[in-house]
Amino acid sequence: MFEKLNSLESRWIFLMTFLAVGIPILLQKSLPEKPTPMVMDVFNLVEDLPSGSLILCSFDFDPASAGELQPMAAAFVRHCALKKHKIVFMTLWPVGPPMIQNNINILKKEFPDYQYGEDYVNLGYRTGGEGVIKLITTSLDKMYSEDVNGTSLKKLSLTKDLKHIQGIDLLVNISAGTPGVIEWVQYASTPFNIKTVVGCTGVTAPKNYTYIPKQLAGMLGAIKGAAEYEKASIIQYPQLAENPQAQEGLRRMAPQLVAHLLLIFLIILGNVLHFVGRRKGLSS
Amino acid sequence: MKNSSLLWLVIFLLAGGYLIFRTSHGDMGISYVKVTTISPEKSNVQWTQYSKASKKEAGEENVQFSWSRTIGLWVAALSTLAIFSFLYGDNVFYKISESVFIGASAGYAMAVGFWDGIVNLLLRNLTPGLMRESIIPSIPKENHADWFFIIPLILGVAMLARLLPKGGWIARWPLAFFIGATAGFRLVVFFHADFIIQIQSTILPLIVFTDGSFDWQTSLKNITIIIGVLSCLVYFFFSVEHTGIIRPISRLGIWFLMITFGAGFGYTVMGRIALLAARLEFLFSDWLWLIDVE
Repeated sequence: MFEKLNSLESRWIFLMTFLAVGIPILLQKSLPEKPTPMVMDVFNLVEDLPSGSLILCSFDFDPASAGELQPMAAAFVRHCALKKHKIVFMTLWPVGPPMIQNNINILKKEFPDYQYGEDYVNLGYRTGGEGVIKLITTSLDKMYSEDVNGTSLKKLSLTKDLKHIQGIDLLVNISAGTPGVIEWVQYASTPFNIKTVVGCTGVTAPKNYTYIPKQLAGMLGAIKGAAEYEKASIIQYPQLAENPQAQEGLRRMAPQLVAHLLLIFLIILGNVLHFVGRRKGLSS
Repeated sequence: MKNSSLLWLVIFLLAGGYLIFRTSHGDMGISYVKVTTISPEKSNVQWTQYSKASKKEAGEENVQFSWSRTIGLWVAALSTLAIFSFLYGDNVFYKISESVFIGASAGYAMAVGFWDGIVNLLLRNLTPGLMRESIIPSIPKENHADWFFIIPLILGVAMLARLLPKGGWIARWPLAFFIGATAGFRLVVFFHADFIIQIQSTILPLIVFTDGSFDWQTSLKNITIIIGVLSCLVYFFFSVEHTGIIRPISRLGIWFLMITFGAGFGYTVMGRIALLAARLEFLFSDWLWLIDVE
C-alpha cells in the first residue's frame, strides 16, 4: 500500500481534481455565502455613491483569467447599473476589448434603458500601459479623443466635459497582472487621491493587500471575492436571485470547496507518506 | 496493440459515437443568434445586429441557427479537450492546439500593436489629413499635424537599425532614451507609492481605543503588522551575522514569510480551480447542454 501510494502517478491526481470540480458543477449545488467586511466595504462604497456618479471601469484582463475575473466584473457592472451610475469603460490590455464587450452585453440585455453615450461609454484599448494612466490623469484628450467606435468624446453627453480622470467618483480596476492594480495605485490613486477599488486574481491578491486601506479603498480577491460581492448584491437587490447569470461566482464555490478538501487531503497524505518513508529509511 | 491503447481506442470511439448521436438529434453543440434590424430615426441607413441567443430561445421568430458560431463553439470545445489531453501525456492534438494558440496570440498582438501604436497614435497625429481620407474618417477636420510626433518616429526607425549589418549602434540611442525615461518615471512613482506611503501605513498605534473602550482586535492587528514588518526586514538584513538577539527575530521573520507564501499558495490554488471550473462549465453548458446556467 505504502509503495503503491508513494509511486502514485500524477494522472490519478488530475483525474481526482477533474471529478472534484466536475461533479459539483453537474449537480449545480451552491453553498451559503456570507460577505466579509472587506467585500462589504467595496460594496458599500458603490452603494453609498449618489445615483448618477461617474465610475471608471478599467478591465485589464484577458480570456485566460476571465473565469476568475469576469464574475466580479459583471457583479460590479450590474451593481453600478442598478444604482444608475454612469460608467466609462477602458482597458490597458490588447485583449481587453472583448472583456468590456461581454459586460456591455449585460447592460444591453438586462438594462435596456441604459443608453450608450449618456449612461456608459466604451473607450476601448490604448497602447502604452502605465503611460496611458499617466496621461489620462491630467488630460484625457491626449490619449482618448474618441470612443471605441470612432465617435468624438466631445459629442457624447457623458464625456463631453470630462477633461481628466481626477474628476471621477470611483475607479474600479479588475486586473490579472501588469499593467493593472499596481500601476493604477502608483500613477492614479496615490498621487491624485482617486478613490479606487480593485478586483484581482488569486495569484496577485496577497501583493495587493499592502495597499489597503490608504491607497486602495477595498479589494475583491479571486472568485471568493466575486461570490461574496454577488451575495451582497442579492441581499440588497433580491431580484438578482432570479438571474442565474448574476450568480456565476456563487456557482463556482461548490467546486472550490470539494477541490480544496481534496487538496488538503492530498497534502496531509503526502506529508504522512514522507514521514513514514523517512522512518522506514532510518529503521532500515 | 497494447491493452491500454485498445482501451483508449474504445473510449474515444464510444465518446465520438455519443457526440455524433446527440449532435445529429440537435441535443448539443448548436449556437443560435438573435437577429435584430437597427433603423435609426434620423437616418435611412439600416443594419442587422446578431447577438447570442440561448437554446431556450430557439424557435422564436427572430432567432436562427448560426453556422459560424456553431463552428466556433466546436473549435473552442475540441481545443479545450486537446489542451487538457496534455495531462495524460504529450500528443499531437495538444501540439496543434498549442501552436494555433501561440500563432493566433502573436498575430493578434502584432495587428493590435500596429493599429494602435503606428496608425492610431503616430500616423494619425503626423498625417491627420491622409488618415482622414483613407482609414480613419472620424478625425476632425480642425486637426493638424503635430510635429512633436516626429521624435517617436525617428526613435522608432532608429530601433530598426539593429537589423542592419553595420548600423546596430544606432539602435542604442532610442533604447537609452526609453530605458532612461522609464526608469525616471518608475523611480518617482515607486518611491512615493511603494516606499513613503508604505512606511506611513506601518506607523500604527499599538493600543487602540474605539468609542472610549479598548479595541483589542485592532490593537492585535496593528501589533502583528508592526512585528511582522520589522522581523521580515531583520531577516533580509545580511550586513550583520544572524546570531544573538538577531537570530530569534530573523527566525520570526521567516515564519511570517512562510505564512505569507502559504496564503499566496492558497490563493493561487483557488484561482486555478476557478479557471478549471469555468472551462468545465463551458463544456457542460454551452457545448454538451448537460446543465443550464442561462
